[in-house]
Amino acid sequence: MNEIGKPVIGLEVHVELKTKSKMFCGCPADHFAKKPNTQTCPVCLGLPGALPVPNQQAIEWCVMLGKALNCETLLFSKFDRKNYFYPDLPKGYQISQYDQPFCQKGWIEVNGKKIGITRVHMEEDTGKLIHEGGSTLVDFNRSGVPLVEIVTDPDFDNAKDVKAYLQKLQQIVRYLEISDGDLEKGQMRLEPNISITGTKKPYKVEVKNINSFSFVDKAINYELKRQQEIIEKGETPVQETRGWEETAGITKTQRIKEEAQDYRYFPEPDIPPIRWTNEQLRKIESQIPELPDAKLIRFKKEYQLMEYDAEILTRDTLMANYFEETVKVGVKENISPKQIANYIINRKVNITEVLPAKVIGNILQTKNIVQIDEKELSKVIEEILKSNEKAVSDFRKGKENAIMFLVGQVMRQFKQKVDASVIKASLLAKLEKWQTK
Amino acid sequence: MAGLTIKTAQVKLTKKEVSSEELVKLCLNEIEKKDNLNAFITVNKEGALRQAKFADQKIKDGINLPLLGIPVAIKDLFLTKGLKTTAGSKVLENYIPQYDATVVKKLYEAGAIIVGKTNCDAWAHGSSGENSDFGPTKNPFNPDLVPGGSSSGSAVSVAADMALMATGTDTGGSIRLPASFCNVVGLKPTYGRVSRYGVIAMSSSQDSIGHFTKTVEDSAIVLGVTAGQDKFNATTPSTPVQNYTKAINDVKKVKIGIPKEYFVKGLDPKIKDAVNKAIKFYEKEGFGIEEISLPNTEYAIACYYILQPSEVSSNLARYDGIRYGNSRETFGDEAKRRIMLGTFTLSSGYYDAYYKKAMKVRTLIKKDFEDAFKKVDAIISPVSSTMPWNLGEKTDDPLAMYLSDALTVPANIAGIPGISVPIEMIDGLPVGMQILGPHFSEELLFQLGHFYERNR
Repeated sequence: MNEIGKPVIGLEVHVELKTKSKMFCGCPADHFAKKPNTQTCPVCLGLPGALPVPNQQAIEWCVMLGKALNCETLLFSKFDRKNYFYPDLPKGYQISQYDQPFCQKGWIEVNGKKIGITRVHMEEDTGKLIHEGGSTLVDFNRSGVPLVEIVTDPDFDNAKDVKAYLQKLQQIVRYLEISDGDLEKGQMRLEPNISITGTKKPYKVEVKNINSFSFVDKAINYELKRQQEIIEKGETPVQETRGWEETAGITKTQRIKEEAQDYRYFPEPDIPPIRWTNEQLRKIESQIPELPDAKLIRFKKEYQLMEYDAEILTRDTLMANYFEETVKVGVKENISPKQIANYIINRKVNITEVLPAKVIGNILQTKNIVQIDEKELSKVIEEILKSNEKAVSDFRKGKENAIMFLVGQVMRQFKQKVDASVIKASLLAKLEKWQTK
Repeated sequence: MAGLTIKTAQVKLTKKEVSSEELVKLCLNEIEKKDNLNAFITVNKEGALRQAKFADQKIKDGINLPLLGIPVAIKDLFLTKGLKTTAGSKVLENYIPQYDATVVKKLYEAGAIIVGKTNCDAWAHGSSGENSDFGPTKNPFNPDLVPGGSSSGSAVSVAADMALMATGTDTGGSIRLPASFCNVVGLKPTYGRVSRYGVIAMSSSQDSIGHFTKTVEDSAIVLGVTAGQDKFNATTPSTPVQNYTKAINDVKKVKIGIPKEYFVKGLDPKIKDAVNKAIKFYEKEGFGIEEISLPNTEYAIACYYILQPSEVSSNLARYDGIRYGNSRETFGDEAKRRIMLGTFTLSSGYYDAYYKKAMKVRTLIKKDFEDAFKKVDAIISPVSSTMPWNLGEKTDDPLAMYLSDALTVPANIAGIPGISVPIEMIDGLPVGMQILGPHFSEELLFQLGHFYERNR
């Protein structure tokens, strides 16, 4: 037996919050594609004497996300300093949370499995290094942007589930309207740590630089395969940080860390600890909208939808709300939610342009059109062609309106409203083989 | 200048007996004349004269501001926009700030004129002023002696008539000690009473922003300007600012505690006598005097020298050599010592034994004061157990230097306010007493100090 161990994958995800201002100062938090160093102040530049003042909105959103991930909220929480040197970190420490995060011990269901959420905490983003023409520049626009870090337990054993988890997390932050969760813009950053059980020495490989969902699978599967090959040789993979190289489709060593770095955490003396009252927490919880899972279940039950349809309609709140609006209009016209779902999904309705009432109008029109028996239609067409030889020959000569005349003739033979396009299609098919007698 | 206080200067200014410009010139003159004291790192000559002219115009226009036209000095730890701020360190040798500290802004708004930036121990690390990278400040009563630190230049500037008020910071005694050594009033307000924004941080959980004046009443006037919640400093509470001068004469005959742990051996008997005399004065005037115990006093310095360097090691990390010109090599010995100490005490494996334990001791020391203030309204003690020492005497013995803060540090650990008020001259050198009170009891401290000043 060539038994190799079980993959063990945990995830750290950073989500940038879309608050108006940064985490600890009044500068705008939206930094994407802004001119470098135009959104800075003494606080986010870490100038001497500058002090952080926490953004209440960001803290509440962090708690909201924690609650949405079924976490418990600590009634007493605090910020800590994480001390390390890097040129993009102007204070020489990052304000983060260490042993008393806002939220911990939650869970989320992914592909029918329960994934543990270790913690959800609040911290600040760093500046950005730009390597240009042999020198390195620092842009501090991103410095101090609120970041929520969501850490899972090492509960994943395959890349597919990881991807599903990430998509769900993205969906949740969008539902909560606390972040756009755009990976390409760096609003959501993922760092899986990957290992395989059963090695002599425990190890963990962190993979960075995965900035698209489509690479999650690839990067994790590549890494698992790489590690398996090492283990099959009887060796233990090196504990390290690797970077995903998109073009080559491989991971590459970035930093080898045998021991955990000592960040010398200690309580941030510039920010008083946060003490929640149960009432405050209830208030935050009451602001949480219906979340994707609950909405999906409700849609299936309330509107008798199939899983597939319900899933599409609950992907984002805009679509879900649109569907429900349309259902409300449809009820008056006796149109079932199922029909509405089919119409919206199959016709790929542009929900930002087409009003729900218009959708119902369209459905009503199609509804009045009766299906005609094909044999009967064929019989009627043959009779009409026989009795309208002039129109047939006109059509053959290239007179386009001749066909519409024939369609009209056929339609007249039916009492109910019939679909002109169906008749036209049948007519054309018939005409191809039609010999004028 | 001698004998002039903020209060008397204000009267003269409004009566047009003197102009702000004249006051500023007098100060600049003293600064120049007593250059040997090395009280200033930067003198703001042109700026001050320009501001004084504006102030005089405002006085003429009948504008009334609490410090209009009053020349003040600023410890070089406070950021002043456009005016060099060094923290007494070569690391910031040429640093010109982009913004004003909240206190500086408030002083400007109150009409004060900044005559210069005062010398101090680099990064406020020190009790003597000798850790300044720009040379030690000297005691105006005897230039061979230290003036006390770390706010050395500020204490000297007021004592030697170079300004009517000077700002300081007190993390372990850096205002009260030099005030005592230089015969001026030094206030260390409650932690958080005055904004720390724009003041270069030493130990963020203990830094207290205060000032030096010639009288207690002046001290009250200044706190009325500097105190208050600041939206830029999350550790300033919304506790209302009292009108400190309004009831300064209405002291009640409160109960004063005398902590026995502050009168132990090692205390200079002459200082002991002087403080006891002051206590006797209060007793004779009908105040209750009661011996109390602050049992954890002996652990204060040990606790302080874990918490403070831990925070220092983190607070000085931003001077990384990338953005402020000079590299970390430029840090002086004391800064390096504290960075190493703090880095060690925060390291994993040592954190619990040092930092965490020190936090527990901090809770005990706080509780000592809480218990004491259940029995008494205020506490009187010596500020220092020794008289000003000779320059160079303790520079090779950091521990001896650290111990000189033994009687001031507990108030910082507990976050309570304290004021140092001059009481005696011993062999031609000044001695102060320290009055401590519960959190936000500044009004009471002013009343007690003012009562002593007026009636002794």
